[in-house]
Amino acid sequence: MTKVADDELRTEVVKPASTARTDGRRVRSVTPLKWTVRITAVVVFFIVWQVYASGVSPLLLVPPSAILAAGGHMIASGQLGTDTLLSLEAMVTGFGLALLVSVPLGLIWARYRVVDWVIQPFVMAIFSTPLIALVPLYVLWFGFGFAAKVAIIGSFSFFPLLLNTYQGAVSVDPMYRDVARAFRATDRQTWRHVVLPSCIPYIAAGINISLGHALTGMIIAEFYTNASGLGGLVLNNADTFQTARMFVPIFVVMGLGVLLMSSTRWLKRKIAPWAER
Amino acid sequence: MDGDVSTETGSRHDRSPLKHNAVSCEKVTKRFGSELILDEVSFELTKGSFTSLLGPSGCGKTTLLRIIAGLEKADSGDLIMGDPSSKNSDAKPSMAVVFQQGSLFPWKSVRRNVAFGLELAGVDRATIAERVDRTLEMVHLTGTAKKFPYQLSGGMQQRVGIARALALDPDILLMDEPFASVDAQTREELHDELLEIWERTRKSVLFVTHSIDEALVLSDEVVVMGARPGRILRRFAIDLPRPRTEESARILPSFAELHHDIRKLLVRTAVDTFNA
Ligand SMILES: Nc1ncnc2c1ncn2[C@@H]1O[C@H](COP(=O)(O)OP(=O)(O)OP(=O)(O)O)[C@@H](O)[C@H]1O
Ligand SMILES: [Mg+2]
Repeated sequence: MTKVADDELRTEVVKPASTARTDGRRVRSVTPLKWTVRITAVVVFFIVWQVYASGVSPLLLVPPSAILAAGGHMIASGQLGTDTLLSLEAMVTGFGLALLVSVPLGLIWARYRVVDWVIQPFVMAIFSTPLIALVPLYVLWFGFGFAAKVAIIGSFSFFPLLLNTYQGAVSVDPMYRDVARAFRATDRQTWRHVVLPSCIPYIAAGINISLGHALTGMIIAEFYTNASGLGGLVLNNADTFQTARMFVPIFVVMGLGVLLMSSTRWLKRKIAPWAER
Repeated sequence: MDGDVSTETGSRHDRSPLKHNAVSCEKVTKRFGSELILDEVSFELTKGSFTSLLGPSGCGKTTLLRIIAGLEKADSGDLIMGDPSSKNSDAKPSMAVVFQQGSLFPWKSVRRNVAFGLELAGVDRATIAERVDRTLEMVHLTGTAKKFPYQLSGGMQQRVGIARALALDPDILLMDEPFASVDAQTREELHDELLEIWERTRKSVLFVTHSIDEALVLSDEVVVMGARPGRILRRFAIDLPRPRTEESARILPSFAELHHDIRKLLVRTAVDTFNA
């Protein structure tokens, strides 16, 4: 978990190999103790919450037991499932489009100097803009439906992916480039055998960060468009002071985030095991 | 300085009496910025000979090797590949480089690392497979083909590095301190293996090192360089009998003598450079 948090807090570009190294070592040696402490802390947290919330107005805070009950109802009625799918649909489409555009663009950016000259000021400008400022514009362009959501989620996930891919492609170990040259690799062969594989850990780190941004984008999009999906569920239940029901989608989003990020880290370990040592 | 060289030692009977060059450098000069790194360096790598470039840190050994490998450009001087005097060998000799540790592609298996040069050259898959197997056998790494570099010890990684170069069956092998970062015992094992490989293949080898011992154990000729600016001080013919092993070479009295002579030269030059 700490790794995800670190990634989130750090700047947008993560150096994958070096951080993984120390993390891996530390984690392995104290694992049983670490997990005991962690699980205990979570359990204590919920107990304290339960006890404390029992003495507070249910408008402000509800105990976990009430959230659990509300969740049961929402699952049974099918509402939670429907809204989760609605959110995921927009999220997958937006993130997928961002991935499809940003990775090739990042590579082209690293490959051609002219593209670098052209693209730099744009990327700098847009990257420094809080993307949320563009949300009303997207609504204006795409309306209140699915398309606007996709645009918002897509633009939220775009930049970490783009910047990481670019960074990966320009920070290839010069020794590998020398090897390629010494073995008479053509430009294309160097890209295929050296540059692209070097980028994989960077792209994986980009995906990890971007997924977090995509989730944020998803909730924002649902707040500002037609209040549907999980974000809509939060909003509507808050408006009607159904606090317990409001917490349910929040926990679903939380669970989604954790699931997505741990699965990308798992995937990265599978496809780029060398970057872990 | 150049006059006291004798490289024809007659220690090997199977070589033609005519000396052919694999590579020769003529007055190769190189600057990085305003600093003169190589000052009119001239030397020949004799065909079929194991030659070491020996010198203090920073004297330009790597730079010279990189120039020969085509990874760096000389500012002036000539680099002649092959022997212009022999009329039938108009084809340029092929070269392959063994780099220092950490140069294997971490994303490629041992097999794919060794196959790298052959894949680039567009060799068909069956031939590649056969050559890779043969080369891995030569460096005693049969059975590790599917492993990845991070799963291997430093010594094994360097064997793969050697195999990657050997797989191309080059005329010339350029090696830049390939054993610098392995432990002493592994290094001795690797020396013996390299000697064995050399006996089998008789490649022209240019081997960069700053270890006198290493240079003596392996070489037919040791080219000693001085620093600031990088230049060739003297060349020593090493006529220790072959086939050699680390042990058989070290116990010879002439090993100690050569060691002493080279050391004296290096120390004297270091003092001169310091005083200058
Ligand atoms: N790309 C470069 N730019 C500037 N200076 C360089 C560059 N490469 C090497 N040098 C300088 O050239 C000199 C010779 O370097 P080189 O690496 O060839 O030495 P070396 O003999 O191989 O040393 P070592 O035994 O430490 O490997 C050094 O002073 C080094 O600082
Ligand atoms: Mg060097």
